[in-house]
Amino acid sequence: MSDTSPTDGADEVAEPTEHAAEPDLVHGIAASWSHGQRVVHPSRAELVALVKTMHDDGYMMCLDLCGADYLDHPGRTLPEGIAPERFEVVVTLISHREASRVRLRVQVPESDPVVPSLFGVHPGTDAMEREVFDMFGIVFEGHPDLTRILMPEDWVGHPLRKDYDSGRIPVQFKGAPSR
Amino acid sequence: MTTTDHLHQTEDPSLTSEGRQGLASSDVNDAIARLIEKGAVLRLAEADVADETPVEVADEESMIINMGPQHPSTHGVLRIMLELRGETVLRSKPIIGYLHTGMEWTGEELSYLQGCTNVTRMDYASPLFSELAFSLTVEKLLDIEVPDRAIWIRMLMTEMNRISSHLLFMATNGMDLGAVSMMLYGWREREETLRFLEKVTGLRMNHNYIRPGGVAADLPDGWRDDVLRLMDMIPPRLDEYDTLLTGQPIWRERLQGVGVIDTETCMALGTTGPILRSTGYAWDLRRDMPYLAYDQVEFDVVVGTFGDCFDRYAIRLQEIRESIRIVHQILDRMPKGDYRIQDKKVTPPPRGRIDESMEALIHHFKIFTEGFKVPEGEAYCAVESPRGELGCYIVSDGSSHPYRMHIRGPSFVNLQTLPHLMHGALIADAVAIISSVDPILGEVDR
Amino acid sequence: MATEGGFLDKGLEGLEHNFLTGTLEELVKWARARSVMPATFGLACCAIEMMAAGGPHYDLARYGMEVFRASPRQADLMIVAGRVSQKMAPVLRQIYDQMMEPKWVISMGVCASSGGMFNNYAIVQGVDQIVPVDVYAPGCPPGPQTLMHAILTLHAQIRAGELTRRPGEGAGLVIEQRDGQTATGVRIGRQSPAALGTA
Repeated sequence: MSDTSPTDGADEVAEPTEHAAEPDLVHGIAASWSHGQRVVHPSRAELVALVKTMHDDGYMMCLDLCGADYLDHPGRTLPEGIAPERFEVVVTLISHREASRVRLRVQVPESDPVVPSLFGVHPGTDAMEREVFDMFGIVFEGHPDLTRILMPEDWVGHPLRKDYDSGRIPVQFKGAPSR
Repeated sequence: MTTTDHLHQTEDPSLTSEGRQGLASSDVNDAIARLIEKGAVLRLAEADVADETPVEVADEESMIINMGPQHPSTHGVLRIMLELRGETVLRSKPIIGYLHTGMEWTGEELSYLQGCTNVTRMDYASPLFSELAFSLTVEKLLDIEVPDRAIWIRMLMTEMNRISSHLLFMATNGMDLGAVSMMLYGWREREETLRFLEKVTGLRMNHNYIRPGGVAADLPDGWRDDVLRLMDMIPPRLDEYDTLLTGQPIWRERLQGVGVIDTETCMALGTTGPILRSTGYAWDLRRDMPYLAYDQVEFDVVVGTFGDCFDRYAIRLQEIRESIRIVHQILDRMPKGDYRIQDKKVTPPPRGRIDESMEALIHHFKIFTEGFKVPEGEAYCAVESPRGELGCYIVSDGSSHPYRMHIRGPSFVNLQTLPHLMHGALIADAVAIISSVDPILGEVDR
Repeated sequence: MATEGGFLDKGLEGLEHNFLTGTLEELVKWARARSVMPATFGLACCAIEMMAAGGPHYDLARYGMEVFRASPRQADLMIVAGRVSQKMAPVLRQIYDQMMEPKWVISMGVCASSGGMFNNYAIVQGVDQIVPVDVYAPGCPPGPQTLMHAILTLHAQIRAGELTRRPGEGAGLVIEQRDGQTATGVRIGRQSPAALGTA
């Protein structure tokens, strides 16, 4: 590659140009490409098995586990066969041998926001799952200690949901009494 | 002779000077099993502690005490519940959230151009890295390429920020361990670095300088002399630190063998940065997944051997020297050109043109009030901050505000190693261990 | 003001009265202004600038203030440096309560003064909701020079004795901020410390 083209810290892999004929699958699960990054879309039931398989493949570190609430989103592109739900749990794994990351996007319905925990495969997801629980209310089955981590323990509500009130104080400077 | 010669790494991250230390999958599985069962983590609900509900302790001799959140050595508002038997820490639990600012929520309210003002305040010791991760992700979503000069300016500024962050570590680490004069020395050097950063960015901290599209302003005239002056001043001072600290028996006794962690535990916990490198595993995003122009500069990745606090201290000290080396190369090779992309959709016009042209005024107005729109999609980009892998995940919905912005803070994940580092250590070592993990609570709590 | 050519510039010679005939109160105020001991309450980015103010370039030691007392019982100045989150607010109040009178509070930075750029569910919009503040230092973060200006202003206020005549709690605005879900109420007007429950 030319030595003046900037690289940017993402795992640029050659994106295959022929998508039409076969479905894009990774370990039998629908996958896609997003700006040169590999994305796999397991269901909740397939998640732990997929992460274990990828762990044996070399994706030995779980970098990040976060949530997203797609309530107000106009429309996202998902591969065929993946039904969009309100919440997504996004897991980023990294393989040091191949120097590449892969992202797993799990759809989580609003009516039943329960996802199996990855604590048994990657104990480092301990704090990350607690944060997703705190901010979105998604319950991780099998997590040893699913309590709030960022908000006070008796807080009501899940702040990063789109239907959570902002808590913004109306600021008015003119009416405030002076000393 | 630099001490890193024998530590120079080749392609395989598990290859060290002691031979191949391949990380077999079963080793990591053992570590995972150990982590799940052994329980150095104290599973204790804060509500129980507040209510003084009797909690289950290891044996009759143990007690649970609370350290922080207001404490001189907790590096910010970190609270740790320690289960002690005498002076020995059995299990512990870091409790965070005392600095939770709702920055990910704020990221959804601000436009992409304003987003850097928000993320810069997460890791406030090395703010330019957060800005860089955010900007790289936005640029990936926009599918734009930044000019060469902007890339090299970004490299220069982030390496200067790495130097100032590691000097802050030196200062606070020294002070936590009792070498109070180290606090003054570290700040002395850091102030000089901040002086340069202020000259370029306008602010000493929380610069909002690296923005999507490039950087906010070009380097000022005379920047080469300033950088050279700094690069000449710092190395002898680093030798002073070696005299004061590295060879001193007290320093060594306090840090060597304290807070030991192994590679498999780090891999299982998602740890990156100097903690992972202290175990002998050479993984540095700048070399292994290069971004900006790091594949065009030469530097060594510094690793330790024993995974203890002394290794982490030595790694950071040596990383300052490596950053100086990189800065010298940047000085020689800084290209000419634009400091930001000239794409009208993303970049505001030059300030001088606003007076002359109505189109420029409207363009400026629209970019700064409404913001530029980013096509729908999602992306994750990461950089190697002084604490580890700092990543930014953005979901966009086609509007001018991020739909979801998440920062993968390295300190948030690295803090999970704390119970394992402190297991079996003394209380006095707890301070040394927290200091060696070098958490910045801003990015832990966001 | 008392600082014009007063003791802060001229030391003992600047005392309004002869040292032997000076009132005891003047002496006490002079001594208090000279020996303020700050408590460590660095929370976020402002804490770094506070440490920088204690560093060699901006030396707080010239005021005798470079030693930050760890225990609030030994301190008389609390510099709230950084953003105060909902979880931290009770801790802040507890530390403030542990300090012995006379005690002062400098609210350093915009986040501590008013919530700063974070007007949301997580940040208390100004520590004067929780503790009475004597000096506000704006900036994000305020540089060490701004902090020192705040400290000198505090010294002047101590010396002038204004602080014994503290009029009320902060700006007189009390904002009920619970979980961000109920409508936030704003009460304007001076309340007695007892009514606020923060005395």
